[in-house]
Amino acid sequence: MILDEFSPSRTRRTFTAGGRTLRALGLDGPLTGVLAIIVCFGILVVYSASGQNLKMVEHHLMNIAIAVTAMVTLAKFATPRYLRLFAPIAYVLGVLLLIVVDVTGHVGKGAQRWLDIGFMRFQPSEIMKLAVPMICAWYMHERPLPPTFRDLVVMGIMIAIPTAMIAKQPDLGTALLIAASGLIVMLLAGMQLRIIVVAIPLVGGAAMAAWHFIHDYQRQRILTFLNPENDPLGAGYHIIQSQIAIGHGGLFGRGYMNGSQAQLEFLPERSTDFIFAVIGEEFGLLPCLVLLVLYGVVIGRALYLAMQGQDTFARLTGGAIALSFFVYVFVNSGMVSGILPVVGVPLPMISYGGTSMVTLLAGFGILMSLHSHRKLIGS
Amino acid sequence: MVRRVRIKDHWGEQRIFWIRSVIAVVLVSLLLLTVAARLFYLQVLRHDYYAELSEGNRVRTDPIPPSRGLIFDRHGVVLAENKPAFQIELVREQVGGPAELEATLARLVAIGLLDAEDTNSVKRTILSHHVYESVPIKLQLNDEEMARFAVHRYEFTGVDIRTRLSRHYPFGPIAVHALGYVAAISEQDLKHIDSAAYAGTTLIGKLGVEGAYENLLHGTPGYREVLVNAAGRPVERQGAYTPKLNVRQPVAGADLILSIDMRVQRAAEDALIGKRGAAIAIDPHTGDVLALVSTPGFDPNAFARGLTTKQYDALQNDIDKPLINRALRGAYPPGSTVKPFYAMAALKYGVMTPEQTLFCPGHFSLPGSRNVFRDWKPKGHGLVSMRHAIMQSCDVYFYTVASKLGIDRMHDFMSIFGFGDLTGIDIPGEKPGLMPSTDWKRHAYKRAAEQVWFPGETISVGIGQGYMLATPMQLAHAVSAIASRGAIFKPRLVSAVRPAGSSTLNTRPVEPEPSLNSVTPDQWEVIVEGMELATGPGGTASVATAGTPYKIAGKTGSAQVFTIAQGEKYHEKDLAERLLDHALFISFAPADDPKLAVAVFVENGKHGGSTAAPIARKMFDAYLLPDKPPAADKVPALGKVL
Repeated sequence: MILDEFSPSRTRRTFTAGGRTLRALGLDGPLTGVLAIIVCFGILVVYSASGQNLKMVEHHLMNIAIAVTAMVTLAKFATPRYLRLFAPIAYVLGVLLLIVVDVTGHVGKGAQRWLDIGFMRFQPSEIMKLAVPMICAWYMHERPLPPTFRDLVVMGIMIAIPTAMIAKQPDLGTALLIAASGLIVMLLAGMQLRIIVVAIPLVGGAAMAAWHFIHDYQRQRILTFLNPENDPLGAGYHIIQSQIAIGHGGLFGRGYMNGSQAQLEFLPERSTDFIFAVIGEEFGLLPCLVLLVLYGVVIGRALYLAMQGQDTFARLTGGAIALSFFVYVFVNSGMVSGILPVVGVPLPMISYGGTSMVTLLAGFGILMSLHSHRKLIGS
Repeated sequence: MVRRVRIKDHWGEQRIFWIRSVIAVVLVSLLLLTVAARLFYLQVLRHDYYAELSEGNRVRTDPIPPSRGLIFDRHGVVLAENKPAFQIELVREQVGGPAELEATLARLVAIGLLDAEDTNSVKRTILSHHVYESVPIKLQLNDEEMARFAVHRYEFTGVDIRTRLSRHYPFGPIAVHALGYVAAISEQDLKHIDSAAYAGTTLIGKLGVEGAYENLLHGTPGYREVLVNAAGRPVERQGAYTPKLNVRQPVAGADLILSIDMRVQRAAEDALIGKRGAAIAIDPHTGDVLALVSTPGFDPNAFARGLTTKQYDALQNDIDKPLINRALRGAYPPGSTVKPFYAMAALKYGVMTPEQTLFCPGHFSLPGSRNVFRDWKPKGHGLVSMRHAIMQSCDVYFYTVASKLGIDRMHDFMSIFGFGDLTGIDIPGEKPGLMPSTDWKRHAYKRAAEQVWFPGETISVGIGQGYMLATPMQLAHAVSAIASRGAIFKPRLVSAVRPAGSSTLNTRPVEPEPSLNSVTPDQWEVIVEGMELATGPGGTASVATAGTPYKIAGKTGSAQVFTIAQGEKYHEKDLAERLLDHALFISFAPADDPKLAVAVFVENGKHGGSTAAPIARKMFDAYLLPDKPPAADKVPALGKVL
């Protein structure tokens, strides 16, 4: 550690004390540290993006508290053994809850994604974000790698069931993320190149078939993405306004709490899905790049931890969590900056509301648990 | 078949994962770089473009309407000004919900500031605006209504009195047909105005000077940048900051100084009260119109205030047609007022000499025709010379002149005075009247039989009847040409323009038209003397013009409305009022040095001498007699009249 050279100092004592605490809790120092920086920055941005709404900040802090609790609890107590046992239970439970949501959704009207469990509302699809990669990792754990074609088909079915149900809700964005998280496991497990090559045209064909089954508004979103200026006040409004916000920020930004796009509410969903545009407008290019670098560090560190995993389940689960996180970052920043279609994906660790923060930190909790509970053999 | 059992190869599996992870890291880096590149594109390369778009988003430019130019008479009397009008306005979000709005309107009805039957339309208007907009619900409060609202003000929230500038005409209906009026911008107006220049303006000039000089009077609107949020609501701050916003003050419209002299105008208006008619006074040396009257008029203030459909229909359907500008649009047979012009034509073409006498037996027939043209004096005028023919308005003399001239020479000569053509006065709506000719008749009718000009038709035109039609404006224009002995000017109402903020007047140059040179001074004097005799003892207008310290030269006229059949007699007592002859009088004074030329026309006024001439007399008195000083000495230094 570089800081060792500055001994004996209070900094060092504090640092080592902090390090000890982290280790005791089963947390990884660098990963936790970078995540903490991003979360704190997120609090500042939410305050600005919400139009200086302290109630929303309060609620955001509550969310963070729940998420951190989930992360620490999982990191400390969810041993790999329990996790492996729990993976199929979580998956089955998730599917059942999706059915419940689907039924109550029919009773109510329109899209139904939420389940009210008294103290908070939560989306069963959030469970699936972790349950799907875990069930795939669980499935591959006992089997030799790389996966056989049969293994891939089984995993494909396990991925397809929740994906289809969530897409039907309809929540195309989440469905794609969940499918991606499962696919990541397949790829990390060593899915052969030739299968990938064959799969791409198959997926393309499936996408074209899916075009006929998706909702009109989803089709509209894709069309609008291809040409947002077509419908500037309707479907294209989000994309146009968020690009204006980012472009308006320029190199140095308009200043904290001084982004006209965000503060005057031209930017829709400014504190949730489009919060990245607020950062772009108020802080400018450099902080945006720094944020991307921080995300890169998180992904890299998470992948590094996953690589140290001692069994297939640990490695694949960890790798999937790390790369899913990347997918969220990329889909959101790509959507907000106009290189990907608008899908309802929040910016990880920063966007206000929802259960995304809890899921993400729970995922990192699992990742760190798998890392910290590894048996110290060899090496 | 032997099934191959694969066993787990831990190192191999770890290697697979590591390789895949490394590939993943490369892909992750590449994709994050893509996002970074996109951000660079948006924030650096296209920053200006998006900054401009965001500016367009957040800054709304609210127009500030210019204040309309003022209108003065030639002595600086204000004829049209901008006065604050008070109106009740309501802001919905301050009132509260639908129940409170309902209650507020009910209370306004209860204190008599809103008609119960208007409630629904007012409510609709309110609901069609944003909740934060101030919506006018009652315009132009009078003092009593202001006081009533003041008493009850504490009962209302979100309802208050606001001020805005509205057009005000201090003299009401006086000179309305010269001034025109302003009214709400109509759909039709929108087609030919630049809507940006009229943003925030509700009234536009219609007819008269207000209409003709709209682009000078209107001015240039200013603007105020307003910070708005996505809902369009004006806001003070954006997040934690108050941005700097631009304001450009509007430029007021130019003030107009009219050639109108309110003393002459009012004299004519007063004299025409209760009559349908027109009177025009022109300075014969400039073409300045000193009075332009058409009665009945209407109150232009009502248009600025906003007329209801019912009120407008009432004006439109009024049997006296107050909306019609008779001075410019009333084409009537000019009757005997044309006689001095034909006398001049006779001299010019040499068909008569001034001293040559003619016996008037009271009737006239063309050679070989049994058609009899009667003189207005059944017994006849006896022997008449040109001067006396004008003085007594001898019809037979002019029947003879007409038959000797022929219609085409009459047409050519009268055209020089502007008959049959627009005078070119600087306000819209003028009618050309009709000066017939053989050529005209050939084109006016389709059937060959109707295209032939009959000699008898020339005879009627000789006393200003038949096909001939002239507007009072044309008569004034023509008589001023006699007054100036042949110098003709385009008549005008606006003599000077004062740009906003300037203290100097831009006087508009007079516009001379081709003058009449072919008439010698001696010949002019014959005509003028004839017209002087007409206002003297034994003349047709002697009663009205007696006792003036200046000499009036004039010519009366009466035009038949009702055609009398051959051999029938004209009994004015038996005719309904609206079938009586129109009364006309054209004149100028002083006769030897004319300062004012006047044409008066009174619909169904019977006799020019008894009805029209006294009106002209009052106008001359108002202008020429020194006991009536102008209302103001000069135009105020700056148009700072609010």
